[in-house]
Amino acid sequence: MNRAADASRITLYVAALLALVLSAVPLPHVLDLARPDFLLLVVIWFAVMAPRAGGLLFAWCAGLMLDAFRGLVLGENALAFVAVAYLAHRLHLRVRMFPLMHQSLVVFALLWTHQFLLFWIDGVTGHAMTDWARWLPAITGAALWPLWTGLFGRFTSRS
Amino acid sequence: MSALGFRALVLIGISIGIMVFDHRQHELPVIRAGLSAAAYPLQMLVHSPLAAWDWLSSSFATRSHLLADNETLRAAARENDLRLLRLEATEQENLRLRNLLNAAPRDQESAKLATILRVDLDPLRHRVLIDRGSRDGVMRGQAVLDDHGVFGQTSNVGVLASEVIVLSDPAHAVPVQVERNGLRTIAVGTGDAHRLSLPYLPRNADVKVDDLLVSSGLGGVFPAGFPVARVSEVRRDPSQPLATVTAEPAAALDRDREVLVLWVKPRVPLPASEPSAAVVAPPADKPKAKGKTP
Repeated sequence: MNRAADASRITLYVAALLALVLSAVPLPHVLDLARPDFLLLVVIWFAVMAPRAGGLLFAWCAGLMLDAFRGLVLGENALAFVAVAYLAHRLHLRVRMFPLMHQSLVVFALLWTHQFLLFWIDGVTGHAMTDWARWLPAITGAALWPLWTGLFGRFTSRS
Repeated sequence: MSALGFRALVLIGISIGIMVFDHRQHELPVIRAGLSAAAYPLQMLVHSPLAAWDWLSSSFATRSHLLADNETLRAAARENDLRLLRLEATEQENLRLRNLLNAAPRDQESAKLATILRVDLDPLRHRVLIDRGSRDGVMRGQAVLDDHGVFGQTSNVGVLASEVIVLSDPAHAVPVQVERNGLRTIAVGTGDAHRLSLPYLPRNADVKVDDLLVSSGLGGVFPAGFPVARVSEVRRDPSQPLATVTAEPAAALDRDREVLVLWVKPRVPLPASEPSAAVVAPPADKPKAKGKTP
């Protein structure tokens, strides 16, 4: 039991590091705009499938790291990540039972919530970005979800 | 209320506290420096394979390509040398004249080359990461240039790397001056790397297409006289009090790989009691300068 938790925790950290790297790999501008929030997808995945390994504190740390990584106002992504992780935790027993398409829709709602919180904080701190392209990562992230579960299902067992 | 909800609320509260301190007071440099130091290895991990590829492709460039490159660079260097000779003489003359007028001498600049790390920060903001940090003496709010003009200014400074806000960032503005007539205004980023906007010019302002905009030195970040942009479009709508003016940045904002970080040192004014020293000194190296010109 303990070993399984440790194993999924290690997977979690490796996945989070990979996601951070993926979030910064240079891409052509169009792909860059549509780049999904890899780190948030990792947070959601672990909140739903292995909530004991990926707690709220992990989500918070991941968000803070992303803020530092991208040079945003510190705490912006941390707040949004915690909110999303909380929602995912609350929903996790139900979401696991959903068929994949249905799961994708829930993930879309979660990703959209994250973008909306960022949008709101950006507005309050005076860097409002009203470009429609800011909602694109939510769509691509949700579209990637079935692939994501296929990939991660191999590495972690549902606990 | 569950324990989970309570924890979420506490973490959200902490996040809001951090945001307020970071945004309003800029009082978290230690935390920021620590986090960016932790991020640096990951950023280098992203940067290094691409940098290695660049290095490989440049080291396996063809001979004819290198020769052609060499030729153009040599020609450019010759031309620059000539211009530099004239510049030095003018600078000395300027110093002497300013001294005669008892005006404060112009500031002296020094620059360090920095490489732009090949890391994508945020697609909606125009920010880049350079490989110079507080270890190299970089501070917040320093001007960054490329070889054609103003590029941006430093914002978050880490120990080894720092973030630069590019001119075209929607949250960035530069105080500029039309070179032709000294008209002062502000150039604001648009989120498009090829367009700056000048939203505060009245309809009857004397500005034309192809006017060069140089930094005016107001605001204290960008020293005066560096090219910023060239006016590309002026639209005067009779029903609007302000003209719609856009300009094309002089620097290659989206293609640069290397930039210069600028340090401005106020030049110590020459003591007014002994102007003869300033007058006597320049002629000593003037003949040498003349001798080099063909």
